[in-house]
Amino acid sequence: MSIWPVLPVLLPALAAAGLVLLRAHLVVQRAVSLIACIALIAIACRLLVEADSGSQIVYALGDWRPPFGIVLVVDRLSALMLLVTALLALPAVLSACGGEDDRGPFFHPLVQFQLMGLNGAFLTGDLFNLFVFFEVLLIASYCLLLHGQTDRRLRAGLHYVTINLVGSSLFLIAAALLYGMTGTLNLADLATAIPRLDASAKLLVHSGALLLLVVFALKAAVFPLLLWLPPTYSTAAASVAALFAIMTKVGIYAIVRIYPLVFGPAAGEAAPNLELWILPAALLTMTCGALAALASRRLAGVAAQLTLVSSGTILVGAALFTSAALSAALYYLAHSTFAGALLFLVSGLIAAQRGERADALRRAVPLRHPHLSGLLFLLAAAAVAGIPPLSGFLGKTMLLQAVIDHDAVSWIWLAILATSFLAIIALMRGGMLAFWATPARAEPIRDTGSLGPTLLGAGVLLLLVLLVSVAAEPIKRYTDAAAGQLLDTTSYIRSVMVTGGRP
Amino acid sequence: MELLTAVGVGVLTTSGIYLLLRERTFSVLLGLTLLSYAVNLFVFSSGRLKVGAPPLIGHSASHADPLAQALVLTAIVISFAMTAFVVVLAIAAYRRLGGDDADHHGGEQDR
Repeated sequence: MSIWPVLPVLLPALAAAGLVLLRAHLVVQRAVSLIACIALIAIACRLLVEADSGSQIVYALGDWRPPFGIVLVVDRLSALMLLVTALLALPAVLSACGGEDDRGPFFHPLVQFQLMGLNGAFLTGDLFNLFVFFEVLLIASYCLLLHGQTDRRLRAGLHYVTINLVGSSLFLIAAALLYGMTGTLNLADLATAIPRLDASAKLLVHSGALLLLVVFALKAAVFPLLLWLPPTYSTAAASVAALFAIMTKVGIYAIVRIYPLVFGPAAGEAAPNLELWILPAALLTMTCGALAALASRRLAGVAAQLTLVSSGTILVGAALFTSAALSAALYYLAHSTFAGALLFLVSGLIAAQRGERADALRRAVPLRHPHLSGLLFLLAAAAVAGIPPLSGFLGKTMLLQAVIDHDAVSWIWLAILATSFLAIIALMRGGMLAFWATPARAEPIRDTGSLGPTLLGAGVLLLLVLLVSVAAEPIKRYTDAAAGQLLDTTSYIRSVMVTGGRP
Repeated sequence: MELLTAVGVGVLTTSGIYLLLRERTFSVLLGLTLLSYAVNLFVFSSGRLKVGAPPLIGHSASHADPLAQALVLTAIVISFAMTAFVVVLAIAAYRRLGGDDADHHGGEQDR
């Protein structure tokens, strides 16, 4: 049994424990945290290459065979999510080294704990274990959100924590329902057990599946469970908000992972009609996000609302469960994670140069570095809004092509194209007010703090966005294969249940 | 016993949701606690309700499901930690924002 699948969980856990001990030495903390992030990228690359051979790598924790033990499963989808997370973590940590990590204790350990939770959620093949890793990443995210306590963050934090605790309760109820009916929590075993149930048990499983959908929709910030996201993301520190760009994707990942496998066509009446619930909700999410972006009073608010738009766009592809739509959604997922994070970092960069007004979309002093910040903002905005030739445009085109045979094609096209247009207007308004609305004869402020690390982080993210654009063809080939693998549930079940981590 | 457990879960959930929707953070906190109690009971009952059966095979004629008990233990630990976190957060918000109004009306709204 290869040890590689467990490393993305172990490495951040050990790094976090070590970082807690190093609390007095900020410079050493930064170095260790950055090294851990780079090592995580290397591990994720290794797993991605291995997963691309087409077979699932199964790791049975404690050598307990499935379905009795917990398994970690690496396939193309989870390897892709691991790599995206690792690639996002590096610039986020890098930009925090500019001073955001000094505003309170334990910033770097918390980031590592968050990475541990994220990686675990992407790897696990067990429903209850997924709940545990959700809690790990949530508790880390609560603390990261509140890092450098301000009144705003406290206010947003209280709501964020409360709504997520209610979500956790629903998750437990759903997991208990499924366990009570099937007697297992292993995803592959659930997939084989559900078709064998009788009709009354299937009804209960159906309600469990819908409850789970509510939980994942809450994490993915889908209409109508989206109101927690904008205040949370827009008040968090810029580097934290950038890291949070992957958080909504965890909910989407869970939907894409669990529903085709466990509640696929074989499940019969136990399977909810996902398209009926998710597709309208996704379109409404996009609409709400785009309209709210127009009304935002802060640049980070615009970025947060556009996170909703991207989350909705991915879900449109994810909800259809056709190979082409899933593949386009996965490509767009990688793009929107990097582009969204870049927009958060750039708005943090702009806020740091505008004194007390920060990123409020009101008249303020001119920026100290208008050209560099302007160029970064322009590229970030183009990527997020989906202007050619960047990856946002490619992703949206793939999605538009993938849904062309669908019954609701006109609604989907309308929503995607209209929200892109609204996003362009919102970003243009934000850019004009942030860069050009300056009082006559005002001088730029000198004390901007150290902008270098944030610039470096934004640069890395920009490179990633360009990479996703330039390497679109190999990435698309990979996501095609990942989508195919995701819909071929028999090979997943066979890998976990039959070979189950045996060498 | 089934009826008693079902009614218990129902009453706990109802009171929990009612308190959760109140406007003071203290009530919200109590609501979250009651809700987590209800969920723990529900998770426990997913392993079926049995009297006098240890979760071990071979020690008596019938045995209880050990996994549901393990799940509920994990759930208790997690919900306890989360509740403790919310208590600290609510106290911090009470001190800094000058009130335990869960929505903090009157403060600057963020969009």
